[in-house]
Amino acid sequence: MKKLLLAGGILALSAAPVLADEVIGLITKTETNPFFVKMREGAQAKAKELGVTLITAAGKYDGDNDGQVAAIENLIAAGAKGFAIVPSDSKAIVPTIQKARDAGLKVIVLDTPLDPMNAADATFATDNRKAGQLIGQWAKGTLGDKAKDAKIVFLDLATNQPTVDFLRDQGFMQGFGIDVKDPNKYGDEDDPRICTHEISQGDQEKGRTAMENALQKCPDVNVVYTINEPAAAGAWEALKAVGKDDGSVLLVSIDGGCPGVKNVQAGTLGATSQQYPLKMAAMALEAIHAGKIPEIDPKAGFLDTGAQLITAKPVDGVPSITVEEGLKLCWG
Amino acid sequence: MSDNATGSAAAESGLTESAPVGVATFDEMDRGPIRRAQEFLHRFPTSIPFIVLLIGIVIFSFAAPGKFLSAFNFSLILQQVTIIAILGVAQTLVILTAGIDLSVGVIMILASVVMGRTAVVYGVPVEIAFPLGLLVGFACGMVNGLIVTKLRLPPFIVTLGTWSIFGALNVWYSKSETIRQADMQETAPFLQWTGTILRPYNFFAEMGLDWTFLKGWVLNYGSIVMLLVAAVIWYVLNKTAFGRHVYAAGDDPDAARLAGINTDRTLIAVYALAGFICAIAAWVLIGRIGGVSPQAGQTANLDSITAVVIGGTSLFGGRGSIIGTLVGALIVGVFRNGLALSGLELLWQDFAVGVLIIVAVTIDQWIRKISS
Repeated sequence: MKKLLLAGGILALSAAPVLADEVIGLITKTETNPFFVKMREGAQAKAKELGVTLITAAGKYDGDNDGQVAAIENLIAAGAKGFAIVPSDSKAIVPTIQKARDAGLKVIVLDTPLDPMNAADATFATDNRKAGQLIGQWAKGTLGDKAKDAKIVFLDLATNQPTVDFLRDQGFMQGFGIDVKDPNKYGDEDDPRICTHEISQGDQEKGRTAMENALQKCPDVNVVYTINEPAAAGAWEALKAVGKDDGSVLLVSIDGGCPGVKNVQAGTLGATSQQYPLKMAAMALEAIHAGKIPEIDPKAGFLDTGAQLITAKPVDGVPSITVEEGLKLCWG
Repeated sequence: MSDNATGSAAAESGLTESAPVGVATFDEMDRGPIRRAQEFLHRFPTSIPFIVLLIGIVIFSFAAPGKFLSAFNFSLILQQVTIIAILGVAQTLVILTAGIDLSVGVIMILASVVMGRTAVVYGVPVEIAFPLGLLVGFACGMVNGLIVTKLRLPPFIVTLGTWSIFGALNVWYSKSETIRQADMQETAPFLQWTGTILRPYNFFAEMGLDWTFLKGWVLNYGSIVMLLVAAVIWYVLNKTAFGRHVYAAGDDPDAARLAGINTDRTLIAVYALAGFICAIAAWVLIGRIGGVSPQAGQTANLDSITAVVIGGTSLFGGRGSIIGTLVGALIVGVFRNGLALSGLELLWQDFAVGVLIIVAVTIDQWIRKISS
């Protein structure tokens, strides 16, 4: 028995040099969302370039905090230099991230800021409020005079309004010129142009169902805001089914995935705000590897990885890039 | 109720069971209205979901006036429940054998990804891509059936495992990439056929029939596929020897075996058939969303079980019906649509569906008492 233990000990020791390689982690919300799949691909390419070992992990579903806690514990045990994480629960994960930082790991948060944001070494993210503002301004500019009696449907993410959900939604409203009341919460506005908020869960099938129900409440809808491009694709099917695919409804979204950008090209989606998951991951890996965080504008508190409006019909005063440029930068 | 009391009294006094219980049953020949309702429901279990459906329709007609009660909205609900109803038919087959299939949703997604990807991304003719998708569904079901029978593992565990396995294969094969509606339309419009809209009113109007109540009614081929699948499986369950074997194997597998039924073969066939039906659901899913999304339908397995349970099929096997499942799916659809149109948040829709599930199982247990 003793010998066996001893052998095990030697085995563990001899395994250690393998881990002496520099290890960097990437933890995403899920394995399946194309946004995170591309983020992982970006990180893998960067890891290869830097010659470091990348360990990836993810929650089982959006909101799986326990899975991410376990992933961080594993990275601490593996002696990682640091990791990038897209937190599923921006509050609940904070103590575990503190534990990792105490153990000497560099932690960079991607996409969804922590609450409080400074609980990590740095945050690299899309400015989701700005992404929303861009499509809001575009919709307002495209409607022109008709904007003042628009009928707007919002296909949001979830009832618990995670950060990305209210930031994009409220950003759109600000861009469109709606008084948002509390800027960190939707549903408290009294602008008569808002017809309804429905929940799409960011899913194509549920997006269609949500739009079908919205159409019952707002048969004269002419602007549809969607949280992401799958929801927009589902909404489009619902609009088509009732003959509203004739250009009478402006459909706008956020993400910038290749299918979404192609839908802008085809004209089914009026405009989308593009964000850059590969860039986020690559920058994070570089910073952890170098052990040096790039300078961050203290006012924003995070490093803005950029969001650009993509549309085939630019509006004066709203900066945008063409579909062709968007296709070069798209993911998924 | 007194039935139970007498039973336990008999047990306490140490008497043999037969005599006093027999007397008690005899006493109850003079039965009250509750007992009579219980017997009626025992004889016609499908009537419960119908009653619940009617109650739901009446409630929401008042809760969402002017929006809920219309031909258009009813046809919408029908479209919204199509996928769940088809998966529910597959699930009913499995649950009738006292099993459960947690993998129906991922089999559907996997089959839809195979159909769409082979046709659109790899340019395989749709005449091959479509049957290939059906075959994948069938094979997944077959795997479930073989593991359940050959390794003698509980279906819950087996399909919990394959749920994970098929899900991982889906992520790997699809690369999490969606296929756009427009690309699908260009390369493989046949896969979208189930989403084609029919306007029965126009059809009848051309024939000179002015059926105004049908105005606004929009049907699609997906709903017709759903009815066809249900009709075929209803026929199989009720009019064929295989159907009787399914009920027998679920009610009492030992008795079924003694009666000469090859229960293993029946089970394998049930799971394989269920997988095949999931692949048909995949076709309807593509029609509904226009393209292929590897993320769609994540909770479809639970939704299908919900439809089956609310439809009155017993989770303990041997009792239930396809019609009940269709009505069960409609109940969920009516409640979700009605609550949404009444302006209620999604979480209260979930709450209501949860209550429905518990009520359905309670009624099932209550009816069961009569036969024991």
